[in-house]
Amino acid sequence: MSAEPTDALFQGEEMELSFGPQHPATHGVLRLNLKIEGERIVGCYPIIGYLHRGTEKLFELHPFFQNVPHTDRMDYVAAATNNLAYVGAVEKLVGLTVPPRARYIRTILAELQRISSHLVWLATHAIDIGAMTPFFYCFRERERVLDLFEQYCGARLTLNCMRPGGLPFDLPAGWADACRRFCDDYPAKIDEYEGLLTENRIWKRRTVGVGVLSPEAAIDLGVTGPMLRASGVGFDLRKARPYEAYGEVEFAVPVAQNGDTYDRYLVRMAEMRESTKIVLQCLDLLPGTDGGPILAKRPRVLKGPKAEVYHGIEGPKGEIGFYIVGDGSPNPYRCHVRPPSFMNLQALPDLAIGHMVADLVALIGSTDIVLGEVDR
Amino acid sequence: MSEAGEAAAAAPAEMPAEKPTEKPTEKPAWERDPVVPEWREADDDPLAAALREALPEAIRSAKTFAGDLTLDVERERLADVARELKTTHGFSLIVDLCGADYPNREPRFDVVVHLASLPPDRAYRVVRLKTQTDEATPVPTLTGVYRGANWPEREVFDMYGVRFEGHPDMTRILLWEGFNGHPLRKEFPVEGIDTGAAIYPEHYGETTGPVAGTGTGWKPPKPAPSTEEEEGEDG
Amino acid sequence: MGLKVLDETGDSPSGAVESNVLTTTYDKIFNWARRSAIWPMQFGLACCAIEMMAVLDPRHDMSRFGAEVFRATPRQSDLMIVAGTVTEKMAPIVRRLWDQMPEPKWSIAMGACATCGGPYRTYAVTQGVDRVIPVDVYVPGCPPRPEALLWGLLHLQRKIDRMKSAGGVLERPKPRPGEAPR
Repeated sequence: MSAEPTDALFQGEEMELSFGPQHPATHGVLRLNLKIEGERIVGCYPIIGYLHRGTEKLFELHPFFQNVPHTDRMDYVAAATNNLAYVGAVEKLVGLTVPPRARYIRTILAELQRISSHLVWLATHAIDIGAMTPFFYCFRERERVLDLFEQYCGARLTLNCMRPGGLPFDLPAGWADACRRFCDDYPAKIDEYEGLLTENRIWKRRTVGVGVLSPEAAIDLGVTGPMLRASGVGFDLRKARPYEAYGEVEFAVPVAQNGDTYDRYLVRMAEMRESTKIVLQCLDLLPGTDGGPILAKRPRVLKGPKAEVYHGIEGPKGEIGFYIVGDGSPNPYRCHVRPPSFMNLQALPDLAIGHMVADLVALIGSTDIVLGEVDR
Repeated sequence: MSEAGEAAAAAPAEMPAEKPTEKPTEKPAWERDPVVPEWREADDDPLAAALREALPEAIRSAKTFAGDLTLDVERERLADVARELKTTHGFSLIVDLCGADYPNREPRFDVVVHLASLPPDRAYRVVRLKTQTDEATPVPTLTGVYRGANWPEREVFDMYGVRFEGHPDMTRILLWEGFNGHPLRKEFPVEGIDTGAAIYPEHYGETTGPVAGTGTGWKPPKPAPSTEEEEGEDG
Repeated sequence: MGLKVLDETGDSPSGAVESNVLTTTYDKIFNWARRSAIWPMQFGLACCAIEMMAVLDPRHDMSRFGAEVFRATPRQSDLMIVAGTVTEKMAPIVRRLWDQMPEPKWSIAMGACATCGGPYRTYAVTQGVDRVIPVDVYVPGCPPRPEALLWGLLHLQRKIDRMKSAGGVLERPKPRPGEAPR
């Protein structure tokens, strides 16, 4: 530094920078108030709520059965897992038991959803960092997953594909074969993505060692999902408390050690491979239940008892859970969502401080937030 | 795979701790009417007993419903109970913190905390702490125990107006500063109420700015005469 | 330049004129240029933004219609695709971004939320982005399929074709009576 710097920036003084809410790397409408010293971030204050739509208020106004579509629109790239968490909580509240065929199909849908959600994450994360090609590759496969969803329930994104007690409809003819063809092809496609990125020198320079989250800090902040597992904590609700059909299938929980952006990438890539295995195993289990029921016997109007339950499942972003209070009426008295993106986003200041502004886009990408779920 | 065996396999996966002893019936569980779980006293639960011993008079009641342990905690001792759970019993993860509103009760608000113990060190378990408060009485913050409680507590403040004592940044999080009212209270109408609050007072004057919750949305700078008071569509 | 070269090779000047000169109207050529290279703003709000991304993917490929150059700044773009729920917290920012876009500019309200608030008639949601900015094309759906957004783009192109800019003043076309969207 010169003896008499005139510009405030060169004196090491802080400057404030408003990042977002309209920014191509914020994945929606996140706003960050940054304090920067030159290019280096010294303070980061997320401002959220630009997509707050009052979903939790709407939950209280609709009967249990009619609330499933609202769950679609929270984490809109992972509607099936939201549906699954909500119907699981309702089933726990009123004591419904799900028939085995419905459990298998739900598991298949949830794992396909995990694949599609991770594909959106990889595509946007790679674009943020500067790699355009993975976007086209990922969306090529994602369209195939969405085709499967569309054949099953008619929707691509907002699936509304589960009901308290089971499923609205059985699989259409030929669906299982199409799904199996996809799962057979898919590991080779993951190899393609990894061939583009995993050993790519630019990719590694942008991600290795960037945004290290220690396991203690991750647990302290309530971080779950791939972010937590990338920090070396092998906590996965599918193993910890097997719901649906996860107790009957074999799969590994990928865990990394370093907790940086690169490890979060590796964990999610490995999760996609494991999801493919789970889908294939469930497809093998399906023929044993052919023609079986897909919806439990349930009353026409579901009335919640005067009680409260919490049911969380492992979504693509982390633990998505529903806390539902019943009061004897057909509507939930209170329905609170435990949004994984909301809790994971709290870790962003920890990750960002000390890094360059250019690394911030990589960090936002690697937290894999969806603002519809952060703000609800 | 026989269906009876399937049912036996299904039941523990759904709710491990609680399954009433069933009479042998031919029909599997999903073809029978659903059996609503019941509240049970859980004073003999080892966790509740240990907490009562460590922190006398902090736990008002211990109950379970569908396998979830619910501890009703004295408001002032909430942070102590959480700290004890974290340090002694390994409940290291804050799963969730939220509020609930019971307007006919005194005090009217619930603050509900879910904590989890993580494998592999401990068995996975979720415990629910509940405490009651009203608008005037703040709740001790959990941010000193779990940093992750920061945003959820701000959300509870935003949605219900419950304050947390000792919270480092007790501001609105989802709605904007100046929003008048707390939307998840039961008396708050879903369409919102015209509070006259300007969202961006530095950009818009008091009368020209966007007006919160009119049910008709953002008002353009020149107010059109027909956009006022269109509420009551489902009245 | 072209005329001179043709002269040296012996072609008649009149033939050069026939193959090089086009008579058209000012409106037609400008509208053709404008509708064939629409630059949308990269601005996603909610669920519909994911389908807006899907429009760019290899299957749907918006670049077939000349509208694939998504710009991150409003100052370089001439189409705002309002893809998702506009909340009252976001509405002033949408308005400011719209004001920052240079004329001529157009907007598409994509999906039910941007059109009328959609399923969210709540305290926090603006009941349609047309309360904040003028909207040229509404695309229904929750969310609209990528094909539906392409339909909206084609419809917008037809609308641009009918613009008049004589006298330096841009005039947006009035809807024709009884015009049904095709």
